Amino acid sequence: MKLLFTKEHEWVKVDGKTATMGISDHAQHSLGDITFVELPAIGAVCKQSAQIATVESVKAASDVYAPVSGKVTEINDEVEATPETLNISPYEKGWICKIELSNKEELSSLMDQAQYDEYVKGL
Amino acid sequence: MQLIFERSVKGRRAVKFCDDEKFPENIFPQKYSRAKDADLPEVSELDVIRHYTNLSRRNFSVDTNFYPLGSCTMKYNPKFTEKIASLEGFTQLHPLMPQIFGGGILSQGGLEVIYKSEQLLSEITGMKAFTMQPLAGAHGELTGAMVIAQYHKNNGDRRKYVIVPDSSHGTNPASAVIAGYEVIVIKTDKDGGMDIDEFKSQLNTDVAAVMLTCPNTLGLFNSNIKIICDMAHEVGALMYYDGANLNAILGKVRPGDIGFDIVHLNLHKTFATPHGGGGPGAGPVGVTEKLKKFLPIPRVIQRKDGTYALRYKYPESIGYMAPFLGNFGVILKSYAYIMMLGKQGLIEVSENAVLSTNYIRAKLKKYFYIPYDKICMHEFVISAKTLVERGVRAIDIAKFLIDKGIHPPTIYFPLIVPEAIMIEPTETESKETLDNFIDIMKEISRLAQEDPDKIINTPKTTPVNRLDETKAARDLCIRWHAA
Repeated sequence: MKLLFTKEHEWVKVDGKTATMGISDHAQHSLGDITFVELPAIGAVCKQSAQIATVESVKAASDVYAPVSGKVTEINDEVEATPETLNISPYEKGWICKIELSNKEELSSLMDQAQYDEYVKGL
Repeated sequence: MQLIFERSVKGRRAVKFCDDEKFPENIFPQKYSRAKDADLPEVSELDVIRHYTNLSRRNFSVDTNFYPLGSCTMKYNPKFTEKIASLEGFTQLHPLMPQIFGGGILSQGGLEVIYKSEQLLSEITGMKAFTMQPLAGAHGELTGAMVIAQYHKNNGDRRKYVIVPDSSHGTNPASAVIAGYEVIVIKTDKDGGMDIDEFKSQLNTDVAAVMLTCPNTLGLFNSNIKIICDMAHEVGALMYYDGANLNAILGKVRPGDIGFDIVHLNLHKTFATPHGGGGPGAGPVGVTEKLKKFLPIPRVIQRKDGTYALRYKYPESIGYMAPFLGNFGVILKSYAYIMMLGKQGLIEVSENAVLSTNYIRAKLKKYFYIPYDKICMHEFVISAKTLVERGVRAIDIAKFLIDKGIHPPTIYFPLIVPEAIMIEPTETESKETLDNFIDIMKEISRLAQEDPDKIINTPKTTPVNRLDETKAARDLCIRWHAA
């Protein structure tokens, strides 16, 4: 399964109707040591590009935006207790939540790995 | 250094009231007494004096060291204002006095200070009326946001959004949300101003207000500011001026003349009262004619005979924002400061603040990466991005400066500049102090190339060396427990 990225540095991995999301390696790197993660509620309805979670690092508090619209079906409690998981394993253990997609067409607005790498280089 | 708790010796006292066994029992109802002892340190008077005197000598303040803390305007606070604030006629004035029957005539001096402060700030900012109630900058923002909400509600207009630029102070969006609005964030364009095209695309009749600071946190004056004000007014939105950066334009530009409807000021920044843990602050709010009736009550009015009184009858007011008309001591110090400097003095404040900043910027541009490198106002932002490959980050530079006797500048803010270091010298520093700072920054630039370890492992001269900030945030422990 390949990763798709937003301009705000979230990643999303789609499996059927379920999308798993988190923040990119670039995001965790520029935030520095993450000290707090605020997760959405299970069942919450989210809209693409609207705020879904918050991460705090020693430098700043940042909003995390939903890469797709839908309903939150699962959250990763583990990152709440050990926020450093987002630094150590942003794409695997550091996932934030799973969303049941409501509009698959939104995926076409996201970047693939190569496009995202290019985008980050230009920043 | 030991904690005061660690100096505790059982039974030691500064003052002995009576022998323990003779202490009358049951003078308080049982339900009010503690289940167990309060765990207070048992120390002598001399223990207390030595402990706190030694602690105070480790203090790092604007009275001891240069403090170029961007976004915070840490200017020196002249001591004469402390003297004015300690005059007996003010310190002995009971805060309830003007509210009790017959008390108004006994508190004329206090009321006059508030009334005249409102008038002076109105003149300085081009507003029609001020409230001195808000107790801090963010409290002023909340007051302003509530006035915005009240204005639209009064017009039968339900608006949903407040627009802020991504360079704004974090308190701007927070205040808008507390007042019930959703926030729309506009990106910064390549010149450091709010992106006008994106602003245009987000602006509509659902927007209640636009909150801006000008100059912004990059220290840049937005040359489109008049256009932005006009565009917002066209759709019925109000313009909110965050006065945190007023030090840059004092006596030069009045927000009211540009078209702003609401202004909050930070007396503890621009008008020289202590802050940064030393507070308290004050965040008075000014408004245009049409918003006057929404200001908090009570208002100080002047009667025809020249005396002052409190007036409560403003049915459209947002109500009380603070008890006792605000932080009176702070208002008083700022009033004294404004009266002492006068019009010409205030103009020189902003001129010297801007000159000092541009002096440092011009001297350092060869040595550091300055992302928005042009004539700036009261502050400017360096990025340590180019030094990261040498292992030197903004935080390392900040820590190195402590060893050199300089308070670290604001770092990692504004968020739009990676590895940001935000420098604001203020008008109160001499050329010698600025030159010393410039020399130290040049040394940092050289060390970053030749011997970065010398920067990274600092500070070394302080009572406490480099702290583990991550551990402090993840594993916060601020309470002492007996071993």
